[in-house]
Amino acid sequence: MTMEDLYQEIILDHYRKPKNRQPQLEGESVHVHHSNPLCGDEMDLRVRIGDGVLDAVVFDGDGCSISQASASAMTQAITGRTLDDVLELAEDFRTMMHGEEPKRADDLGDGVAFRGVAKFPVRVKCALLGWMAVRDAIETYQEGASAHSVTHDD
Amino acid sequence: MTAFDVATLRKEFPTLDRDVDGHRLVYLDSAATSQTPIAVLDAMDRYYRTFRSNVNRGVYQLAEEATDAFEGARANVASFVDADVRGVVFTKNATEACNLIAYAWVRRHLGPGDVMLSTMMEHHANHVPFTTAAKEQGFELRHVPLTSDGQLDLAAAEALVADGRVTFAAFAHVSNVLGTINPVTALRALVRAANPDAKVLVDGTQAVPHMPVSFRTLDVDFYAFTGHKMLGPTGIGVLLAAPEVLETMEPFLTGGDMIRDVTLDGATWNDIPHRFEAGTPMVAEVIGLGAAVDWLRAHDMAAIREHEVALIDAFLSALSDLDGVEIYGPRDVSVRGGALSFAVDGVHPHDVGSMLGSRGVCVRVGHHCAKPLMRCLGVSATARASLHVYNDVDDIEPLVDGIQAAQRFFAR
Repeated sequence: MTMEDLYQEIILDHYRKPKNRQPQLEGESVHVHHSNPLCGDEMDLRVRIGDGVLDAVVFDGDGCSISQASASAMTQAITGRTLDDVLELAEDFRTMMHGEEPKRADDLGDGVAFRGVAKFPVRVKCALLGWMAVRDAIETYQEGASAHSVTHDD
Repeated sequence: MTAFDVATLRKEFPTLDRDVDGHRLVYLDSAATSQTPIAVLDAMDRYYRTFRSNVNRGVYQLAEEATDAFEGARANVASFVDADVRGVVFTKNATEACNLIAYAWVRRHLGPGDVMLSTMMEHHANHVPFTTAAKEQGFELRHVPLTSDGQLDLAAAEALVADGRVTFAAFAHVSNVLGTINPVTALRALVRAANPDAKVLVDGTQAVPHMPVSFRTLDVDFYAFTGHKMLGPTGIGVLLAAPEVLETMEPFLTGGDMIRDVTLDGATWNDIPHRFEAGTPMVAEVIGLGAAVDWLRAHDMAAIREHEVALIDAFLSALSDLDGVEIYGPRDVSVRGGALSFAVDGVHPHDVGSMLGSRGVCVRVGHHCAKPLMRCLGVSATARASLHVYNDVDDIEPLVDGIQAAQRFFAR
């Protein structure tokens, strides 16, 4: 296992120049805070939802390159999609991280670059952090709430 | 640099002989678990191959041999840490030893109005059993704060015990994150001066493997440590207790072996320390621990400490020379053990760990089971290199090179 297996250039690009990394979002519908206590990854994720569509998503936080880069790639892949579509894509990413072929590789965009992370079991949670957060944000919205906080245990 | 011929000594540790993707294995995670010398493996193997049987019950020769080996290891451990053999209780690990005290002492003696003294640097093993007990029993917890270089603030501790309400104290001998060697006797004296009846537990997990420890000299009531960090097998820990205190205690776990008599509706308890060892014990692991003690004794704990002090100093110097690397804990090696936590500016500890791991350098990254301390330091995680007798100055360069590679690789 080399560093390049884990850290593909696309991943490093997102880490160095993250997309949609912002502390605030105008017109925010839901704000969720997710953490992986084992690694110390912390993430704030904010979404704006209108007419069943994920209109905008931003994240902020402190974590390893994998967690931050994965969230960055995710924001590009999901912005503008319907909530159901985002949930389906999140599930596709999750199963990909457990070694399955992605069904919607094109829609995952740069997210496909994280396939190699599946070979590093302790880092899978890092790659999933943003996706778990957005799924929670949508479910929180559907339950009529506007904020939620989740700690991912082992 | 020291009297140790580390290159020869390493040959006794089979794992250290392997490589990782063509890199020499550089094992810098002994604070998590140490490597095991062949002598320990052989001792356990001999039990399984030549006299495997249960202890303290059979009347045939095999059982006598097993019992002799098992109780011989107990006596060996007792003399190694200068403790009374009646106060050496075998547990699964140090965590279980702390839980034993949380259940068999703290829950029975502390209640509303009582105070337990702890510190900001405790491992979860010496923390969670007591926060849990405090919630149930309604006693108060107070924590000794740290000075800026990661030592216990004894002046603050004195104020914390001043009202005489501290009836129990638990703290680490050596921090698994900061490496700080705590002034056990000074803190114990403070606690007892304020309340002569207060009981004191020390978590010696990071001390016993690395320096001479005398339970009698420390003069505390309870002392916990674990076998797997002192070159022994996993699955074996030790609780040392003052026999006169242990005698007064009810058992923690009940069942076979720990009884004197059993009736249909009750039981009476065996003598100490057997009262606290319910069920068939970890016979092979106890024998392995005894062999680890033999190995450490043969190499002399004072000499091991001297070797590590020189090495800690060399590692600290090398890390201090690096730009963008912050080291936690005391710089003074006289109050320092071999756990070296550090942060690399702009690179998450997990990424540092991956880079080092890809080069065969094993360090721990994360919160090190000390989340309150992490919050105190204002970080969510650190990287930690930790040393043992088989480390040497040739382990410094791979660590330093790996840190610099991580700095280049993750530069933004």
